[in-house]
This record gives sequence, structure tokens and C-alpha cells, in this order.
Amino acid sequence: MFEYAPAPESRSVVDIKPSYGLFVDGKFVDPVDGGSFKSINPASEEVLAEIAEAGSEDVDRAVRAARQAYEKVWGPMPGRDRAKYLFRIARLIQERSRELAVLESLDNGKPIKESRDVDLPLVAAHFFYYAGWADKLEHAGFGGNPRPLGVAAQVIPWNFPLLMLAWKIAPALAAGNTVVLKPAETTPLTALLFAEICQQADLPAGVVNIVTGAGDTGRALVEHPGVDKVAFTGSTEVGRAIARSVAGTRKKLTLELGGKAANIVFDDAPIDQAVEGIVNGIFFNQGHVCCAGSRLLVQESVADRVLESLKRRMAQLRVGDPLDKNTDIGAINSAEQLARIRELSDAGSAEGAERWSPPCELPDRGFWFAPTIFTGVTQAHRIAREEIFGPVLSVLTFRTPAEAVEKANNTPYGLSAGIWTDKGSRILWVADRLRAGVVWANTFNKFDPTSPFGGYKESGYGREGGRHGLEAYLNV
Amino acid sequence: MSERVAVRKTYKLFIGGKFPRSESGRSYIVQDSNVSLASRKDARDAVVAARAAVKGWAGATAYNRGQILYRVAEMLEGRRDQFIALGVSADEVDAAIDRWVWYAGWSDKLPQVYGGANPVAGPYFNLSAPEPTGVVAVVAPAAPALLGLVSVIAPAIVTGNTVVVAASPAAPLAAVTLAEVLATSDLPGGVVNILTGKLTETVPTLAAHMDVNAIDLTGVTDAELAAELEVKAAENLKRVLRPAPADHDWYADPGVTRMTVLLETKTVWHPKGV
Repeated sequence: MFEYAPAPESRSVVDIKPSYGLFVDGKFVDPVDGGSFKSINPASEEVLAEIAEAGSEDVDRAVRAARQAYEKVWGPMPGRDRAKYLFRIARLIQERSRELAVLESLDNGKPIKESRDVDLPLVAAHFFYYAGWADKLEHAGFGGNPRPLGVAAQVIPWNFPLLMLAWKIAPALAAGNTVVLKPAETTPLTALLFAEICQQADLPAGVVNIVTGAGDTGRALVEHPGVDKVAFTGSTEVGRAIARSVAGTRKKLTLELGGKAANIVFDDAPIDQAVEGIVNGIFFNQGHVCCAGSRLLVQESVADRVLESLKRRMAQLRVGDPLDKNTDIGAINSAEQLARIRELSDAGSAEGAERWSPPCELPDRGFWFAPTIFTGVTQAHRIAREEIFGPVLSVLTFRTPAEAVEKANNTPYGLSAGIWTDKGSRILWVADRLRAGVVWANTFNKFDPTSPFGGYKESGYGREGGRHGLEAYLNV
Repeated sequence: MSERVAVRKTYKLFIGGKFPRSESGRSYIVQDSNVSLASRKDARDAVVAARAAVKGWAGATAYNRGQILYRVAEMLEGRRDQFIALGVSADEVDAAIDRWVWYAGWSDKLPQVYGGANPVAGPYFNLSAPEPTGVVAVVAPAAPALLGLVSVIAPAIVTGNTVVVAASPAAPLAAVTLAEVLATSDLPGGVVNILTGKLTETVPTLAAHMDVNAIDLTGVTDAELAAELEVKAAENLKRVLRPAPADHDWYADPGVTRMTVLLETKTVWHPKGV
């Protein structure tokens, strides 16, 4: 590996306050019946800030503020004016993007090159895209008079904190809803900085409310009788519980849940490109990606060549300080997640798969996991069936295209899949048969605000992004 | 000359294109007829038949599915009197026929209206297209007996889904008679399966079935039962269509929601380059 001098991005660009309140009705307030918790930097275990934990009374106040704003301000406001607020927010995000990127990397552990070059540009683009829809809803193909739903309860995960916020808030606001959003308890900081951006944009009070906290806060929010819409991104287990909790209500529900994507490499694929795609598929964002290509299905005839090349490439990955501009793989987001990754990886070894990681020095403090592949994996192994949500790849082989499709679909999930081949007709044949919401052919982990994203089967329902993403927030 | 003795009809289930009795051997009397009382096993058998039919039906061309739905309208037109004899009004039969025609035309249009190219910010081909979700369990509304039934079946199957329909327990004859129409319309066996009997017996099995992808609760009038079914459906995250409001106007333009709820959007990316 080449030796590089450290090249850390300066953290002086962001000013983290010692403590943060809840953002309710346009103001930061102390919780009335909640408590507090600390958000730490997973790369150093240093405490970044003390965060308010919203209790059920706090959630109630936030929902009432959102209702008031919906009825009095945001609902009646002409679409063109809603659009202008959203354009303003998009611009403010662009202007403050370095600050947000550094904060995201500090709180989440992801490499700065990803928060800076992937997350933040997509966040701004998402607001910019949906801003334009706000005054064109009658042309979106949902009938001539599409109506907003009301108050949206939104619960988001820690893997792409600000991007998931954008995926939730931008379409909701464009469609005329107001929101109460709960960020994940390990990554609340960029959502709170986003609240400041809402203030800076003079967004009317109560249109966006941010309640921080853990599972109890989220439950109080989605079960609140005053919400009309629930949108959740996270684990399939919690998604199931939410689906049960809204049963018998009129709340509209969309869920974006887990995945166990197959990344299929055929023998005619350009090996070097495919290896880049495999690496991007599973090691992007430390593998904390619901659509990660966590099952590599490689055609038997090229398996040895692909694996040799993959191992050589993995040995070049730089694991370490998320703020270093050369870092490829940052910190695992939390001690709990690290424990889960270790537990499943140990199960992989115990069940007989062969484990390999490149020689890799990990920092002493913080949560780290070396990029890892398992070979000799069968479909029965837990590491082939369960979502690991970490930098761990399970390698399986196949002989025929039909077998590849069969294995790829042999999962209760159906979020994404990858295909690597030089043959166009084969791409289309395989893509037709894959039960997955996003299929990347000769590429992987590409996202765009115009492109619908979401799963089949137990990966959830509804789509985010594009014209389709509006439907989740409209009464159609 | 003595008066001719009429030949009466035996009303049976419709599973996999065939008309079996309930495996339980049970029937119940309703609308002056003996009607099969489907069991949980019949419900599971119907799901197996529906699943087996998915590949062929979802894989058929949209043109082909559209022609078959239109053929259903043709067959129904020829059997108007049969439904009128069951007490269905002539207006309702007309509306039901027209509804088949309306949905028939959607087969090759919905993918254009509901999918398409996305202008992503990069050198990529990016295309979204709707696909059927798979097997759909449907609780048909009790009234209007024929139009309500057609209005829940047609939007589910036109896009390539297959269905297991729980007919209204109080008015199942229109459903069984519609099955006879479907059986003579070139509709492949198993695309539509119809169960008669008690909703509380068959529908919980369908709601909890792990090989069912979606459930349409339109005909469930008991709010408690509807909530219970929705909880069961959450186990494998079935797509759920909630009960229709009691004052729903079945004669109005149905819109596309009944179709789109039962669709998955697949988006395919490919780089552009030389």
C-alpha cells in the first residue's frame, strides 16, 4: 500500500454546541417529560453533544405544532410559495455543505469523501428536485386535485442521517404536508443543524419539527393518533411492528426496510470493473447500506479470478479516521452495531464458511471492523440470509443464469440487486426476473432524486424519489 | 304433457381453473342454493394455484392480458340474463361489463403512465417500470354483488397479479357465476380463484399466509376484523388495501389506485459509454 501523510479535513468549519433541545414549532425547546442522552463520535468515542430525549408529551406538542402549521399556514399556502421555501433550503444546504459534511462524518463515522461527495450533493439535489414539484402536483399523474395527507411522522436511520432526512422531508413538504421527524439516536446532529437551516430559511414555525430520542420516542410518534402518515426507514423487524401498530387506523404507511442484495457477476463481465463494483457495493459507507451488495454471486468459471482480484483490491482499502480525505472505510456507527457484525461474522466461521480480511491496522479507540469476505458460503448460512449491515461480503457461486436468478431471489428481502455482464440481452433477461426494486447493471449504489427507490417483499413498500415518491405523501 | 323438470346448478368453488367442492365436504344454504363452505385448506390450495399461475400470467404480454380481459367483457355480455336472474340489476351488469373493458385497456398503458425514464444527473440509462406484486388476497364487497366484485378483481389481475377472492358470504352466487364467465374467457387457470363461505374462516388464513404478497380488505365491514387482518398481514409485510368506506360509489371512475397499490416499481440503471 502507498504511504500517505494524514490529510484531515478541518473540523473547525462546524461549531457543535454542548447541548441541543428539541425543535418544536420553530424553536429549540427543552423537553417537558423527556431526558437526555449523548451523541458520540464513533471513531473516537468522544462525546460530541448532549441531546434532548423527547417524551410522549414532547411528541404530542410537536404533532400539535405540525397540525397547527398544516391547517393555518402550510396547507393553505400556494404551491409556488412552498416551492420557494424548499429551493431556499436546497441553496442553504449547498452553501453550508462542508459544515454539514464534517458534522455528518463526526457523528456517523463515514469517510469525509463520502459525506462530502455523495451524501451532501444528493441531499441538496433532493430538496431542489422536490421543490419544483410543489406547484405542479396536478401534473404528477395522480388526478387533477391531489391533496396532502396532513401531518407526517417520519423515523429515519443512522446510516445516511441527513440524506434520509432529505428523502423524507422534501417530498412531504412539497406535497403540502407538515412533518415531525425523529432522527436516529446515534446520529441526531445533522438533523438539528438542518433545523437551524429551516430557521435561516424563515420556514414557517411548525412545518418541520425534529424530536430526538430512541425507540420509545419513535413509537410515541408513529402511534400518535394525530398523525396521518407514517414513513419509516430502518430494520424489517421494526417495520413489521410499525405495520402492526397502524393496523385499523387511516394512517398511510410507507416502509423502506432491510435488504440482502445479490451482486451477480457473469463470466463475460469485465473483471476489473466488476471488482470495483463489488467493493463499492459492500464497502461503501462501511456496508451500512440497506441496498448493499452483500451476497456476491459469481459464475463458477471466473470465481477464482474474481476473488484473487477482489482480495488484491481490498488490500488497498484505507480504514481509519473518517475526517481523513484518503480514508475509504470509516468507523462502525456504534458499539451495538459492531457487536452485531461480530456476532454474525463469528456465526459465518462457526457454520463453516472461510473468512478472509486483508492485513489492516485498526485504531485503538472507536468502533472498527476490517473489510471481510466469506467464501464457501451456502444459501443456508446465516451470513447469506441475514442482513449484516457491515463491511462483510458473502461469496456464493453459480453455473447458469437461471441458477443465479434463483439464488438471487432466494431471500425474503427484495430491495436491490447488481448484474455484471457484457451482454445486453442477458442484463435485460436477468433484470426482468429479479424481484428487487432497484437493479444496477454494470454499476452499483447509484442514487438520484429523480430515480424511485424502494423494495419488494419484506424490504417494505412505497417508493422514495422521483414522481413515485410524491405518492407516499398525497391522498390519491 | 308434463312440465319439464329444471336442471339445477351446483355452486362450487373456483380453484386453479377447476370447480371443486370444498375439501371439507361442507356447504351452506344461501340465496336459496347450497353453496360450498370453503375451509382453511381450500384457502391454502387456492394460494398454491394462484402462485403457480403467476409466472405465466405476469409473463404474458400486456397486449395478451388486455385481450383476455376484453374477452371476459364479451363473455359477460352474452350472459347478462344469468346475472339479472340472480337479482343483479341490468344497469349493474352493464357497468360491470364496461368496467372489464375499461381495465382491459389499461394493461399496456399503465406501464407507460406509471413508469418511464428518469433524468438522473449522470451518464446513466435509468428506467422505472411497474411489475405485479404477485398473489393478492381479495375480500370482495357484498354490494353491488357483481360490479363490486369485478371492480376488485379486474384492477388486480390486469397488471399480472393473480388473486384469491373471498366472495361475499351473503351473496356468493354472482361470484360463482362470474367464475363460469372467467372459465370461458381464455383466462389461464389459477389467475382468479374464488372461495365461498365464511370470511372469518378463510380470510385470516389468507392474511397470515406467507406466500401471499398483498391483501385487499375492501369487503371487510367489521372494523375489528379488518384491524386483526391487517396485523396478520404485517408478518410478511403484505401490501394492504384498507376497507372501502360504506358510501363508496362503485359506479364512479375508479382511478388507478387499485392497480398501483398492487404494483412494485423496478428501476434499472446502466452506465452510458463507448
